[in-house]
Amino acid sequence: MSARDAILSKIRNQVAGDEDQTARRAAVANRLATAPKGTIPARGQLNTRDRLKLFCQRAEAVSTTTVTVKSYDDVPEAVAEYLRNRNLPQAVRMGDDERLGGADWSKTPALTKDVGPSDGSDLVGLSHATCGVAETGTLVLTSGSQNPTTVNFLPENHIVVIHVSDIAGDYETALDQVRQMNGKGRMPRTVNMVTGPSRSGDIEQKILLGAHGPRSLHIVVVDD
Amino acid sequence: MQPKGDTLLTQPHVGLFVTCLVDLFRPNIGFSAVELLEKAGCQVTVPPAQTCCGQPAYNSGDRANTRAIAEQVIEAFEKFDYVVAPSGSCAAMLKKHYPELFAGDAQWEERTTNFAAKVFELVSFLSDVMFFQEIDVTFQGRVTYHDSCSGLRELGIARQPRKLLQQVEGLELKEMENPDVCCGFGGTFCVKYSDISNAIVEKKTATIEAAEVDMLLAGDLGCLMNMAGKLQREGKTTKVRHVAEVLAGRLDGPAIGEGK
Amino acid sequence: MKITTPEFKSNAVEALKNQTLQKALSHVEEGFIDKRQMAADALPEFETLRDNARDIKNHTLSHLDLYLEAYEEKVIESGGHVHWAQTAEDARNIVLDICRKVGAKTVTKGKSMISEEIGINDFLEGEGIEPIETDLGEYIIQLRNEAPSHIIAPAVHVLKEQVEEDFRATHTHLPEDRNLEEPETLLDEARTVLRQKFLDADVGITGANFLIAETGTSIIVTNEGNGDLTQTLPKVHIVLASLEKITPTLEDVSQILRVLARSATGQDMSVYTTFSTGPRRESDVDGPEEYHVVLLDNGRTNMVGTEFQDMLRCIRCGACMNHCPVYHAVGGHAYGWVYPGPMGAVLTPSLTGVDKGGQLPNASTFCGRCEAVCPMRIPLPKMMRHWREREFERNLNPTAQRFGLKFWAWFAKRPRLYGLGAKIAMRGLAIMAGSKGRLSFMPLGRGWTKYRDMPAPEGKTFQQMWAEKQVGKT
Repeated sequence: MSARDAILSKIRNQVAGDEDQTARRAAVANRLATAPKGTIPARGQLNTRDRLKLFCQRAEAVSTTTVTVKSYDDVPEAVAEYLRNRNLPQAVRMGDDERLGGADWSKTPALTKDVGPSDGSDLVGLSHATCGVAETGTLVLTSGSQNPTTVNFLPENHIVVIHVSDIAGDYETALDQVRQMNGKGRMPRTVNMVTGPSRSGDIEQKILLGAHGPRSLHIVVVDD
Repeated sequence: MQPKGDTLLTQPHVGLFVTCLVDLFRPNIGFSAVELLEKAGCQVTVPPAQTCCGQPAYNSGDRANTRAIAEQVIEAFEKFDYVVAPSGSCAAMLKKHYPELFAGDAQWEERTTNFAAKVFELVSFLSDVMFFQEIDVTFQGRVTYHDSCSGLRELGIARQPRKLLQQVEGLELKEMENPDVCCGFGGTFCVKYSDISNAIVEKKTATIEAAEVDMLLAGDLGCLMNMAGKLQREGKTTKVRHVAEVLAGRLDGPAIGEGK
Repeated sequence: MKITTPEFKSNAVEALKNQTLQKALSHVEEGFIDKRQMAADALPEFETLRDNARDIKNHTLSHLDLYLEAYEEKVIESGGHVHWAQTAEDARNIVLDICRKVGAKTVTKGKSMISEEIGINDFLEGEGIEPIETDLGEYIIQLRNEAPSHIIAPAVHVLKEQVEEDFRATHTHLPEDRNLEEPETLLDEARTVLRQKFLDADVGITGANFLIAETGTSIIVTNEGNGDLTQTLPKVHIVLASLEKITPTLEDVSQILRVLARSATGQDMSVYTTFSTGPRRESDVDGPEEYHVVLLDNGRTNMVGTEFQDMLRCIRCGACMNHCPVYHAVGGHAYGWVYPGPMGAVLTPSLTGVDKGGQLPNASTFCGRCEAVCPMRIPLPKMMRHWREREFERNLNPTAQRFGLKFWAWFAKRPRLYGLGAKIAMRGLAIMAGSKGRLSFMPLGRGWTKYRDMPAPEGKTFQQMWAEKQVGKT
């Protein structure tokens, strides 16, 4: 008997000796198909305005900075301003996301954009979030050429753009949005839920920012 | 309560489960319990056929002896309206663990469930069942209260003793840091793992000392003996008593571990 | 890894004497307890979510075979591989095989308790493959050649001065006069040194907090980002996970995520919750080319369907040890294997055998604080008691203890004789104590009197006095 079959048959014997297997299979199939929701915290169940407010508030509570702009065409200036304020060179690493690419970058001619995955030499990464979660100020980023996963982790600073209509109240709503991207049961290779910049408490339980991932995380909300 | 006549309706019949430690080491707690229960309007009986709740056997993995002892306790006490013990630990054993012991036993399960429903720890019984208010004793001094683990986490006793203590005239209740952290007693644990138990009780006595009180109170004699023994070994003068002794005003004799 | 669990008692004595360790352990109480309480209090649904989390895992465990099948199907569908390992040895060989096939020289590792459980580091090293721990805490203890002493804070027993010493001894290519006094500078140095290792590694090994049956996804929950670099940069990503990590759906994992970080570190959500499904796709420009999941049993199938099944709900948050007075006193290494604290006290005998792990479930005051904070509502004290029962059935406890118990129980079952014996014994003790009110030495009671005095009995037993009083009344 293979290891697989040995493990599975042992479990079956011990948890469901003489139980009706048809009923057990139906219970499992049903749960996987219907994916029932549990308790959704009331905290995030708000209208769009208040949800945005909560999202920013929760993000700021975990050392993320946020700014709101009126349209995608205002994104380049928001990025340039962030870089100036932090004394960073005017250069970002990003994917080929259409919304970011389609913004009017002519207003920031000094800003260099390198498109493609990061090899670790970039100081700043720029991404577009698939969605966000207001209850904890969490960003949801999905992998692909539009948003390479390395951009989320290798640069020292990470700027993430999110559209206001993509901010959900709770994880369930956000993850369902991700699920709809490729059809139920199919996920992107990588989904990163990001809540604040990287940190570690491993030395004497003192929390320090910037362990292996970005030291700073900045969110640009497009609220058109 | 099982009404057996008009008088009994207003005067519930309580079987006092003295607990082995109170029986052996500190009868004053037992008498304090009797006085408080009678003041609260109960008729109290102390069945002679009681020894221990069985925890030493239960916690050592000896189910057979635990069952034998539990059956003996149930037989001796099930006829009362209520069963009350001046200990959260023993009361929790009777109320929470006996039903687990007999779960699925055709002969004993229902009997045990009925029995368990009548079991209470003394202070919470006075407060939650008898709505006892008439604390007419005085105590001049500052005390702190330690939450013994079983009473706190298995029976939810925290508010009741503090509420009753605050009615004692002259008594000032001052909380120590982390009153809900274990004192390191743990029954046979304190002897089997004496070094670890000592490290835990050392932290406890330090927080008691930092609270700057005259007296330490708790609802379980095991924990009290552990903390009193440590305080005294450390040469500290904080007195140690069971909360019932203060509530009943039976403070004439020496405190726990105190010389005559 | 050598198991020293049978020597728990002497390990504990050593730990209590170790001043450095005692100083480091004080950070556990400061660092975790209040933060957890605040995070729990700030979410009104927290207690309901704990119930839901428990129910989800109970449902999953009672259908574990079927969810494992569903999960496997989805992993394969997304281009990944599933390897089933019945033992630690099987798991090690599977990992080695994968590494050999791609000619791996170095392997980076995200934090994984399963990798500790199967002792993968020593094994790979023996086979000429260099494993590099990348979680800061894991990296520190790897340099020190130690095991983790806490499941989420592996280096909680180490002081920053010791980290400085270790870094100076290892990072000899850096200037000697550099300042490493503050945790910030230590973290920066680790970041720099490890960055190159991430980029050079051939294989990345991570653990998994959850495996989602609905999608064939593995999830890691971290704060540093090391797990993400570990699994994104190398050609091959290996996930080491035990069977019980299965969770049915994204909705189910959302429920459990809400109690995980709050219970562990007091964060509402850990910084990185990362979902991985299969290898990189055509549309991806980065990510691993191969994705392997090693599903480890190693004793867990012995637990399903028994009184120890509830332990398989554990999500490794560490709240039980953060709140345990015994853990606070002796730290994690005293427990002698991979899993310390209350969860270790149940899991260690389950996975290594009660003959080796039996000390641990006995070393508890049953204070119940672990159960009170466990997000999965695992009845830890009850399960420790079950282990004591198994030990008792197999006559594994010390003879003197068994004899004492028998002797006591014989009397406890005979109230009349018990009363008589008690009367005589208490009288004797009271006389020994004299007017002092306490004993500083007691026959057969050295365990007590070594550290504390024994309050003397009043003299007469309550039953004796009560009987006398009743006679007086009539």
